[in-house]
Amino acid sequence: MNLTEYFALVLNDYTLRTITLGTAILGAVTGMLGSFAVLRKQSLLGDAISHAALPGIAIAFLITGAKDSNTLLFGALISGLLGTFWIRGIISKTHLKSDTALGLILSVFFGFGMLLLTFIQKQPNANQAGLDKYLFGQAATLVESDVWLMAVVTGLSLFVMLLFWKEFKILLFDKDYAKTLGFNTKFIDILITFFIVLAIVLGLQTVGVVLMSAMLLAPAAAARQWTNSLSMMVILAAIFGAFSGVFGTAISASQNNLSTGPVIVLVAAVFVLVSFVFSPSRGLLFRQIRVFKNRSDLELHKTLSFMYHIAETHTDISHPHEIRILNNFHGFTKGSLKKLQEKNYIQLQGSTWSLTDEGFKMATNLYNQQQKGHE
Amino acid sequence: MKTENTDKHAETSGITSEAVFAVKVDDLTVAYNYKPVLWDIDLEIPEGVLMAIVGPNGAGKSTLIKSILGILKPIAGSVSIYGKPYEQQRALVAYVPQKGSVDWDFPTTALDVVMMGTYGSLGWIKRPKLREKKLALEALEKVGMLSFKSRQISQLSGGQQQRIFLARALVQDASIYFMDEPFQGVDASTEIAIINILKALRKAGKTVIVVHHDLQTVPEYFDWVTFLNVKKIATGPVKDIFNDDNLTKTYGINYKVSIQE
Repeated sequence: MNLTEYFALVLNDYTLRTITLGTAILGAVTGMLGSFAVLRKQSLLGDAISHAALPGIAIAFLITGAKDSNTLLFGALISGLLGTFWIRGIISKTHLKSDTALGLILSVFFGFGMLLLTFIQKQPNANQAGLDKYLFGQAATLVESDVWLMAVVTGLSLFVMLLFWKEFKILLFDKDYAKTLGFNTKFIDILITFFIVLAIVLGLQTVGVVLMSAMLLAPAAAARQWTNSLSMMVILAAIFGAFSGVFGTAISASQNNLSTGPVIVLVAAVFVLVSFVFSPSRGLLFRQIRVFKNRSDLELHKTLSFMYHIAETHTDISHPHEIRILNNFHGFTKGSLKKLQEKNYIQLQGSTWSLTDEGFKMATNLYNQQQKGHE
Repeated sequence: MKTENTDKHAETSGITSEAVFAVKVDDLTVAYNYKPVLWDIDLEIPEGVLMAIVGPNGAGKSTLIKSILGILKPIAGSVSIYGKPYEQQRALVAYVPQKGSVDWDFPTTALDVVMMGTYGSLGWIKRPKLREKKLALEALEKVGMLSFKSRQISQLSGGQQQRIFLARALVQDASIYFMDEPFQGVDASTEIAIINILKALRKAGKTVIVVHHDLQTVPEYFDWVTFLNVKKIATGPVKDIFNDDNLTKTYGINYKVSIQE
């Protein structure tokens, strides 16, 4: 199956459609909520939460013996929230820095989860197989009820986000100030964190514990490059996330069933890469181009202003002068002379140059601007 | 002008027993972990003063403001604003945090930040509308930043960012303004612009409390001063208490500042 066949199939094939819809919704909701995580500088929190969810999955299986994803994800939610509150507790109650607290909870919970998984695998119970899919995710196991759950959670997050938009924004930008205005910042804080945890847990079945944080961060980081408005950033992150989901599923389905989770994450990473290079205002490429352009502009201005000072001393501003009297202190190169000629600021004749009327006008303007700048 | 103002203060302090202070702090003690940052602070700030809080690094200046505003929880003590607990008087108080306390790369515009000043009066969930936008634009104009209203905040200079913060507080139309180092890292023209706004606030009868670092400018800018170094060293009119004695007590070394007059 190649990509075109995939897109033809996706409309007809029930399983493929379910999976694609699932990954698209997942990408959208994690991108949306990921924007908040990124702006709160809590990028690592997502990683810690997703790892902290693993023991919850194992314990939920041990207690209920059930293997349906809703039961297991509920366990993941509980243990993810527990991990989150322990992290917050460690940060506020001890001298440990937040990166230490995150690393500690991440590895302790993940280690405990792995321990439980191996314990479960040793059980003489045929039912245990397949729990390890939560490590790297398995989009192929998505069924309609999973997608419905995702849709409901996404709808709920969207509703809460729109309702508390103003409160979210002020908390993200300036928490202390929000507090002085009388907002219960603790409540807003917990609300945002709860929905971030919810989005992470939702993605465990598809993308897995290990890679889940990338779904949260990559679309948001890419979106930040293209806009300076919070609402646009959230919308773009949702779109990037959804496209990562769809393209990731398409590529993995069309290429010999490559593991879907990692492919989705890699597609999201491509969005990040492209955004970091090609964004017009913040991208590396255009920034570099602007730097070069600025430099060569400055060179030209420097040469022109030197010429202006010479020409000023003559009654005829177009009086020709030897090229020899210019040197690179004045930003002079053969190239810059040529550019000045192209712009019709100077005329070159043999070994002499002379300012044109236009060039003199331009230089006068520059000179006046400089004088103003010094005041 | 200046004498009129001080006369008014003299009257107020003459009837201390009955006067209601703009801000009254009783027995305030604050600690991070074990070490007290503020110890047993009693402070009465009369209405209509432009007051500097001065003291060395780590003296608890910002902590004092944050505790008054309920951002930090004190171990002991109480704060009242015009005779009532702060929680009931929030609408009367505006806060200008340190410029460095937020991330200026946040995706938003100057106008949007100033609009945040209206969030308090809007309360939960309600969105800012045309009226709030108009108030924000007026405040931007007052600080001379109207032409920058659509500018992404990271593209503003340090001085311009400070003006945006000031405008955000002005939108609140409060009676008492708390400002944490508003002159930090701003150029001379912004400093003059800010001090002119502060003086205009005082003229309008507002009370302005400023954490300030530059001792040289205290007599020129302020009419009231509080010396702080974990404990309160002194508080009162600049012309009475801004002297070598108090400076030495606060900063620990023999601090020579020549005061004109």
